[in-house]
Amino acid sequence: MDELRVVVVDDHAMFRSGVRAELERVGAGRVRVVAEAEDVPSAVRVIADHRPDVVLLDVHMPGGGGPEVIARAPGATYLALSVSDAAEDVIGVIRAGARGYVTKNIAADELVDGIERVAAGDAVFSPRLAGFVLDAFAGTIAVAHVDEDLDRLTEREREVMRLIARGYAYKEVAKELFISIKTVETHVSNVLRKLQLSSRHELTRWASDRRLI
Amino acid sequence: MTSSAAPPHPRATRPADRRIVGGVAAGLSDHLDVPVVWIRIGFVVASWFNAAGIIGYLLLWRFLPLASPDDTPGIASATRAGMRGAERTSAREIAQTVAIGAVGLGVFALISVLGGGVSSRLLIPVLVGALGVALIWRQLDDATWSSWLRQTRGAGYWARIAAGLGLMGLAAVYVISEGRGWNATLDLVAAVVVAVLGIGLILGPWIGSLWHDLESERRERIRSQERADMAAHLHDSVLQTLALLQKNASDPRTVATLARRQERELRSWLYGDETPGDGTAVRSLRTDAEDVETTHRVAVELVAVGDHPLSPDAVALLRAAREAMVNAAKHAGVERVDVYAEFAADRGEVFVRDRGAGFDPDTVADDRQGIRGSIMERMRRHGGEAAVKSTPGEGTEIVLTMPWDDPAEEDEDG
Repeated sequence: MDELRVVVVDDHAMFRSGVRAELERVGAGRVRVVAEAEDVPSAVRVIADHRPDVVLLDVHMPGGGGPEVIARAPGATYLALSVSDAAEDVIGVIRAGARGYVTKNIAADELVDGIERVAAGDAVFSPRLAGFVLDAFAGTIAVAHVDEDLDRLTEREREVMRLIARGYAYKEVAKELFISIKTVETHVSNVLRKLQLSSRHELTRWASDRRLI
Repeated sequence: MTSSAAPPHPRATRPADRRIVGGVAAGLSDHLDVPVVWIRIGFVVASWFNAAGIIGYLLLWRFLPLASPDDTPGIASATRAGMRGAERTSAREIAQTVAIGAVGLGVFALISVLGGGVSSRLLIPVLVGALGVALIWRQLDDATWSSWLRQTRGAGYWARIAAGLGLMGLAAVYVISEGRGWNATLDLVAAVVVAVLGIGLILGPWIGSLWHDLESERRERIRSQERADMAAHLHDSVLQTLALLQKNASDPRTVATLARRQERELRSWLYGDETPGDGTAVRSLRTDAEDVETTHRVAVELVAVGDHPLSPDAVALLRAAREAMVNAAKHAGVERVDVYAEFAADRGEVFVRDRGAGFDPDTVADDRQGIRGSIMERMRRHGGEAAVKSTPGEGTEIVLTMPWDDPAEEDEDG
């Protein structure tokens, strides 16, 4: 596989250089950091210049934050990387279009895995994100709001989410449910799509609450 | 509903999102735990006797504070979770209220005609006046609810104020002109009283909202002081942690533990954690996880879905979970333990997982009483189950399941 070209967008220089060093150490030959950006305008410019395979995107940033970057440079593939794991932030950036969400204390090899997964068109769910999904799609909702396809998880998707929330890697989920990794990836991608498109008002509230603060 | 999180001395309020006229009946219904229909009928019936119901309603409207939906974090969180989403005034309820009002009006008119109660000469002006006041107050309510300063401009606002004033004036003129020839002095007194009442009623809400503004400004000031104190405390603790980190720089395990503890503290302050309050299963589990983290120097990654009050069954589940976390921290020989907890209405589940040494559950040594005694026996006593999945070399997962009665079924259907 070709080396994946990555742009790191974060307003903390120390963190950018940390990620760069980690990716060089662990991900040599698999990923390469081609550029960095520290705020929304520079991120949009850098993404246009370098056309990276994956953008590692911080959620909180001067100029409107991660979702603003995604809105202004929608063509790229994003993996959100943040210290915040508040529900509003997680759901907000996913609904803006990110393919995954991991917190900054993620181990370097897991980050490299995540980058490859996102670049291949799959979704990356941390245990915490899976927990949010289960929370948001839990319980009953007003019948008027039900969009059968988008507003609920299938039993299988719920099982997959529960295993991810329990700390299982995709490979382990596949083994546990006797399905292939490819199938796990499909389920997770479907959940991501529902998370982005569902009109469940718990989800829209999370996103809109964020803008009020 | 809001009843579960009620403070010791609940104040009646008027729910802004469920008003038909002023929200008085809805507020009283919440406060007294009586169906709202009975309250409305009560007001109508009381109105037959010298309009006591109308006067009472107007007074309560004036003095009960309007509660906007974002008042407390608990309510806001319940709204976010969709537990309050359906609580809008339904068309059926409006129709019902109008019907009650119409019947009440009919009986009122009948009483007047038969000579009891208020004379018909006063009935119409009182009704027209009350309508005027209602229009003005409803307008002010809307204004206070969504930043009333902005709403005091605009044609609609002035039109409604003018309509209210016009109706008030009409009522006064009616009293004066109708009464001529009956008793001139009484008319004059009545006109003056109506005028004074009208002015008082119109200006009252303004004075009230000014006072309300001062009050909320004071609250905001207190809140920002609290925040400043909290920030000072946090920065102090960050300094302490940094000092400790420098002292322990040669011991990576200690450094990691210190950093994690500080991270947790900062994170919960910055982003809040999603647990709604003390005394819930998630809060308790989180505290346990933090304890295990600090004592045994491992990272415990906790993901929790749902929540539950600390019933005896829930406490037993949490104790077993704590034991499982301690076991994993002590014996697995890894730096990270994943904990996933799901609290549904009918059961709680906790999964404690490590990728450590693992063991063969059948040959577990007798001295490791933890799993058998504290976990399995405890779960069984409360009607739950504990399962251990472990493969040497791949890690261990302890699955705890505890069924319990659904408290929502006894309490309310929401």
